[in-house]
Amino acid sequence: MTIVAPHITKQPSPPAPVARTKRSRKLRDNLTGHAFLIGAVVCFALFMWFPMIRGIVMSFQRTRRGETTWVGWDNYTRIVADPSFWIAWKNTFVFTLLALVLGYLLPFFVAILLNELRHFKGYLRILVYLPVMLPPASALFLFKYYAYDPSDAGLFNAILKVLHLPTSEWMQSPGMTIPAMVIASTWMNMGGAVLIYLASLQNIPGELYEAAELDGAGVARRIWNVTIPQTRLILALLAMLQIVATMQLFIEPLILANGAGTQDSATSVAYLIYQHGFFQNDLNGAAALGVIMLLVLAAFSAVYVRLTTKQD
Amino acid sequence: MTRTLISQAQLRRGRGRFLYWAVLAVVVLGFTLVFLGPLYWMVTGALKSGQEIAQTPPTLWPRDPELRNYADAWNNLDLAKLMFNTFYYAAGAVFFQLVFDTAAAYALSKLRPAFGNVILAAMLATLMIPAMVLIVPQYVTAIDLPIVHVNLLDSPWAIWLPLVANAFNIFLLKRFFDSIPEDLIAAAQVDGASPLRTLWSIILPMSRPILGVVSIFAVTAVWKDFLWPKLVMPSPETRTLSVGIYAFSGGTPQNVVIAASVIAAIPTVIIFLVFQRNIMSGLTTGSLKG
Repeated sequence: MTIVAPHITKQPSPPAPVARTKRSRKLRDNLTGHAFLIGAVVCFALFMWFPMIRGIVMSFQRTRRGETTWVGWDNYTRIVADPSFWIAWKNTFVFTLLALVLGYLLPFFVAILLNELRHFKGYLRILVYLPVMLPPASALFLFKYYAYDPSDAGLFNAILKVLHLPTSEWMQSPGMTIPAMVIASTWMNMGGAVLIYLASLQNIPGELYEAAELDGAGVARRIWNVTIPQTRLILALLAMLQIVATMQLFIEPLILANGAGTQDSATSVAYLIYQHGFFQNDLNGAAALGVIMLLVLAAFSAVYVRLTTKQD
Repeated sequence: MTRTLISQAQLRRGRGRFLYWAVLAVVVLGFTLVFLGPLYWMVTGALKSGQEIAQTPPTLWPRDPELRNYADAWNNLDLAKLMFNTFYYAAGAVFFQLVFDTAAAYALSKLRPAFGNVILAAMLATLMIPAMVLIVPQYVTAIDLPIVHVNLLDSPWAIWLPLVANAFNIFLLKRFFDSIPEDLIAAAQVDGASPLRTLWSIILPMSRPILGVVSIFAVTAVWKDFLWPKLVMPSPETRTLSVGIYAFSGGTPQNVVIAASVIAAIPTVIIFLVFQRNIMSGLTTGSLKG
């Protein structure tokens, strides 16, 4: 068999009109651009965009023995009727609130303090950020076994004893469970916030402090009238990020309190999602709980956006 | 040195000077105790015998330090295997993030194809979605990938692919690429360089600092992650360090678990001490990720 088509191949292609070449070039450029994008887009589609929709769809379905049916609001009513549901929300809110008081204000004041010190700068910054680099599981086993040991052999109880203060049962006492988780979580995570605050403190023009001092403002007044207004945006942003992060509290109860803790004192919403999805064979219920969590966080974000835009 | 809350002059004079040094001493001592103290307690605690650790009051320095707990942790928990797994996942995560995320950020920043802005917005929108909300549908997707119907459980792809979908990386890289002058790219195009060639020979060499930051964050993300690897790596052979230690923690003496935790933390601590400058600058220039 011979494939010879000289009359076609030899023919010079007619010069295309300018508009057409321009359009085909534009098309080629677009294709090249999308070829560069395709890897990331596929991953986003598979593991972000599609699961987002699927989570909502799943929450209205029920899969039993490989058969999926639509069940309306059944998953939601079942999840809300579970007595752990309200306990988990209560625990999560208390944790978020305490973590805001301790884990949000503390880094700001630590950053203000570190910003004034002219010596050991690098060393102090490394120290603050070091716990952030530890695998959370490692750090939490340290807290669980050594710091929160309910006997007097534990680190915290030994310190309290030396100071002649009452010791605590820590994770074994329902009242101390959440504060203990807040302490561990703050120790592990505050480094990032401190460094971000430090960077924003360095952008405050020195003249503002100078002027405030000339007006007779003391240190506290200068913090209130200069430092806080100048770092307002970053303060507001980190507050939002912190709330979103702490509401997803999961590994602290799992490791420190073996999940639920004494008398359900540690159960969090994220832990409940994990329980329903992977132990009670109720992925649909877990998806419904996830949608509820998303709505609550969305409400928080809406309030945040309103508050921050109002101030401007 | 720009002036801060308290003026330099005030800190140099008599009382201010004394106060400054007193505060400095308290801070340095206090921070060392608070942040390094627990780590010291962890490393030396694992050197103590089970009897000594239960003793009150606790000893500051192990009476006769023994490495047995560390050896037990290494052998009984098969830490070598767990460590290899974690390294392998981390290396793959760096590779795929660098390849796909830089390519995507380059396309969004310089090639700007049609609908590029829509894609970018859709990517950035995922930053708003809390990870816990997606965990169930992500898991369902990983056990039965749409269209191709592949089960990713126990496969490293289950860790690598979701990590590519990192909007923070795309944002960081795109912003860096945006700052590279358009003239350079136009000059390369005039010389007949293809987009790939431009990325490889012009953009990437100029972007080393940001590529370093992305790589370090990829390694630490894999090292610190817990729930996702716990779900998608269910068999003992494919576990990561954190998950493996957690899985063994029930039936293992406390000191051995702590010894394993110390060993698991060593690589990230070394990475931090070596690259602390890059990590801290990446954190503050990004200024978004806590």
